[in-house]
Amino acid sequence: MTERTLTPERRWRIPRLARPALLGVLGLVALAVLWELYKFFGPNNGVLIGDLTVLPRTSDLAMPHLATMALRLFEPVTGAATALPLWLAVLQACAFTLGIAAVGWIVGVTVGLALALLMQRFRLAEAAILPWIVLSQTVPLIAIAPLVRRWGAQVQLGEFAWENWMSVALIASYLAFFPVSIGALRGLVAPDANHVDLMHCYAVGWWKTLWRLRLPASVGYLLPALRLAAVSAVIGSVVAEVSIGLRGGIGRLIVEYAGAAGGDPGKPWAPIFGSVLVGLVAAGFVGLIGLFLRRFRRGEVNA
Amino acid sequence: MSTLSNSAVPAVDVPAVDIRSVGRIFPGRKGASVTALDNVSLTVAPGEFVSLIGPSGCGKSTLLRLIADLDVPTSGNIRVFGKPARQARIDQDYGIAFQQAGLLPWRTVTGNIELPLELHGVDRPGRRARAAELIELVGLTEFAGSYPDQLSGGMQQRVAIARSLAERPSLLLMDEPFGALDEMTRERMQNELVRICAETAAAVVFVTHSIPEAVFLSNRVVVMSPRPGRIRRVVPVGLGAMRDRGEDLREDAGFFRSLSTVRDLLHGDDGPAIGAPRGVETR
Amino acid sequence: MSTATELRRARPVQAVLAPIVLGLLVVLAWQGAVTAFAIKPFILPAPFAIGAELAANLQSVLAGMTVTGGNALVGLLLGAVLGVLLAILSALVRVLDGMAAPIVSSIAVVPIVALAPVLYTMFGAGAETARQLVAALAVFVPVYFNTLRGLRQVRPVHRDLMRSYAASSWQATRTVTLPTALPFVFTGLRIASSLAVISALIAEYFGGPVGGLGKSITSAAASSNYGLAWAYVLGSIILGLVFYGGALGIEKLATRRT
Repeated sequence: MTERTLTPERRWRIPRLARPALLGVLGLVALAVLWELYKFFGPNNGVLIGDLTVLPRTSDLAMPHLATMALRLFEPVTGAATALPLWLAVLQACAFTLGIAAVGWIVGVTVGLALALLMQRFRLAEAAILPWIVLSQTVPLIAIAPLVRRWGAQVQLGEFAWENWMSVALIASYLAFFPVSIGALRGLVAPDANHVDLMHCYAVGWWKTLWRLRLPASVGYLLPALRLAAVSAVIGSVVAEVSIGLRGGIGRLIVEYAGAAGGDPGKPWAPIFGSVLVGLVAAGFVGLIGLFLRRFRRGEVNA
Repeated sequence: MSTLSNSAVPAVDVPAVDIRSVGRIFPGRKGASVTALDNVSLTVAPGEFVSLIGPSGCGKSTLLRLIADLDVPTSGNIRVFGKPARQARIDQDYGIAFQQAGLLPWRTVTGNIELPLELHGVDRPGRRARAAELIELVGLTEFAGSYPDQLSGGMQQRVAIARSLAERPSLLLMDEPFGALDEMTRERMQNELVRICAETAAAVVFVTHSIPEAVFLSNRVVVMSPRPGRIRRVVPVGLGAMRDRGEDLREDAGFFRSLSTVRDLLHGDDGPAIGAPRGVETR
Repeated sequence: MSTATELRRARPVQAVLAPIVLGLLVVLAWQGAVTAFAIKPFILPAPFAIGAELAANLQSVLAGMTVTGGNALVGLLLGAVLGVLLAILSALVRVLDGMAAPIVSSIAVVPIVALAPVLYTMFGAGAETARQLVAALAVFVPVYFNTLRGLRQVRPVHRDLMRSYAASSWQATRTVTLPTALPFVFTGLRIASSLAVISALIAEYFGGPVGGLGKSITSAAASSNYGLAWAYVLGSIILGLVFYGGALGIEKLATRRT
């Protein structure tokens, strides 16, 4: 690790920006090659130690060729004449799940920020709430997804009726609020004592200090938290769709197509690629927010 | 600057800072408390430059924080321009600069200097004009639109000083503002500070580790001793008015005399009887 | 010295008492609300009723905890070993780091449980292997990232010191790099511990054999036995706490020594 800095010249010249991209593609290719190689050489029934399968089966059913997965995307979903191409059906499901995850994300971020502000403002609130927030993530509340659905069925206020997708969004928001509350709290208390003193010298109140100092200073902590929250919201949505039994989203497709895998091994992989896409889009969206807030991520250099 | 009526020059006979038998005790763990300051009295006249010097732990920074109302004394009281320190802070009677420049990294040089004006409701054209004025005063015109991480430490510190002057305070509090700078930059900054003080006629309370710095800048040097923090002696420097101080002064015989007096006091030798009994201020 | 930083440190009594008081208040309010508004147990049972249900079905809840907990533990160990090994490799070989970057970052933003169905076909739907792998993948991500960060945490001054001692690369690794990285590894493990339980549990929603907590919750809910479902939920909460507490304890021990 130490030698690298001593050799300034590189053996082959690649533009600085292209290098990570190239290596990344190389990594993906390596993974694909590994998959096909194992499929070719691995035993059909997998590698077993005693009764335990330690390496997967290599049948076309268990490990389809990558080409099978890719080509399957461009065939219709079912044999029916009106069936959409698989990729389109998956994309529609992606959009549906993404929408629910976005609602969950917004609710989760709002709650998380509110909690962080409360904890920053009142020390007693921090002492009382923070341990529970940390504990909340050891609690697989996603486990109560089947029970949340039951609650929803009871809620009816005039015109407003609770729908199943709201239960999914609720669970997504439960997963999303955690990183935001922790990250935002860390960010809000991040300003140097120096800066806080300065605000005190200027005799400005909590709100002004929050707006001029604490919020801008917390951006560096908030962005990773928002990204984590986006990812968690997606995971929450996918899982909750399955356990609540909501149709239309990517989670439902995963279970549905897995059932059809018997004669159609390429099909279950399509919604999996879809879920990868949803995760990347969600993370990318937060990255975009970060681009707009770049100014607040400048470091202060103390010479 | 009509909105900043609080920076009006106070009546001549009211001292800029009046510290009366102030003590500050920090409660430690299990009852072991630390006496940071013990029975300290000091007055600073309007327009006067006073340095606080002493080994670490002598409470000089604590004293400055008490004047700034960043901390509250355990005993005694502090008045700034005849008002309690808290009121003086709320009225924005002082400007402050710390050892770290403490610039907000997401604001440009102009934005940082404008910050206190913005917080206190000065309108946009007024802020722009004042910031431009100050940027020129500290010689950073070319860098008005730069961000702090694009500046050297010395430049950052100059921005911080400009910021402390933004509201034309009649009192400047400075906590080792040049402590993190190299010696060359430091002397240049001292010359600039002398010039700025001559132009603004503000009183200054200046905390430092450096004996030459204290002597060069000050009308009086307050030598402090640690555990408990006390004023050991107040040394009048008498090197003349601010506006006459130049680079030559560093070679002056009076400068060296004061230098050795302060040094002797810091090393525990009581030196020639210049000041007054410890802790008591006479002028 | 600063009053601002002083304010952030809560007094120990408060730090312990405040959350307990809050927790008790919430439980009492919950119990009170259920009794006062006569909320039907299929919506939200009272906490004491859930406790009673847990006591009555202790045997089956414990069995479920053993199955799910076992999967989570295997996944945790597997994922942690893989994460640490790959992180060390990435720290040593920069090309490998570049190659792994997009794959690991994708795993980090992707719902790993989505892989559960295909893993069931690859490893057999009658075995727990798929669930253990889902847990392992979930664990792998934070362990890998934290370990890698820890390995890069070595301060330049320490590295220069090692160079000046003409220390071999293994000596440098042993005396400087590993001790610096170790706390980070354990932080990753702590984050991963509750993820392992959650992942193993929700993998059950996607198929596989019965017996675990996840399957038990859904089947109890499906047969409208909501009290029992909540008892299983309580079991999963306890399991999550056990894992988190264990990891936290190990982290505390490890960071005290280094």
